[in-house]
Amino acid sequence: MDRQAILVELKKVLAPYIKNKELLDGITENTNLITDLKINSANLVDIVIDAEAQYNIEIDADSAENMVTIQNCIDVIEEKLSSANS
Amino acid sequence: MYKDILDRLPYKSSFRFVDRLSYLSEDEVKGEFTLRSDAFFYEDHFPGNPVTPGVILTEIMAQIGLVTMGIYLVAKGVTKQSFDEPQVLYPLLTSTEVSFHKMVLPGDTVYVHSRKQYFRFGKLKCYVTMTDNEGRRIAEGTFSGVIKHVKQPVP
Repeated sequence: MDRQAILVELKKVLAPYIKNKELLDGITENTNLITDLKINSANLVDIVIDAEAQYNIEIDADSAENMVTIQNCIDVIEEKLSSANS
Repeated sequence: MYKDILDRLPYKSSFRFVDRLSYLSEDEVKGEFTLRSDAFFYEDHFPGNPVTPGVILTEIMAQIGLVTMGIYLVAKGVTKQSFDEPQVLYPLLTSTEVSFHKMVLPGDTVYVHSRKQYFRFGKLKCYVTMTDNEGRRIAEGTFSGVIKHVKQPVP
């Protein structure tokens, strides 16, 4: 799964936690989940859990803490996907 | 029973809504609370016709269903957090979705049963139900919260 494909799936994971759906269209790798997408910080845990199910991976606490921007999220998911397949 | 957990509840007098816990584990809590007729909210909600506010029922469900389990999990060392640290730990509600089915009047005892959905990265999420003394459903819903370090003890 390349970064673009990961992003497509990631948007589906994020959508339920974004009040203003128009923000989804403007997402780039630099987008910050809390400051740009206005996601409640307490929901980041739910997003990590939903992402685990979406990509069939396991995300540890240290990696989860890094998932602040879209770029960070894709980095973590990409890494977990590759270690899951190896 | 569970006195050590009850003693760690940070609420006092008029805002403490846990009388007794009958069961507490890492996955489940059962507890009860009896509404005092002289509780502060009955005088104004509603004048001459006291009914327990939904927000108070929500608080009862949160304190029994979420906070006691959160304290238990921290005390058991399930997280990195600890009561021995100098900072003070306070439970904070992060979201609730509750539906109400039946009124609760002064003097009623309510029974709360909570089942853990997950506890990860410091966030506890539970499905909580409240029933009356005949097992009839009063309210049910999903609760989540975190336990936060507060640097200064709140006076």
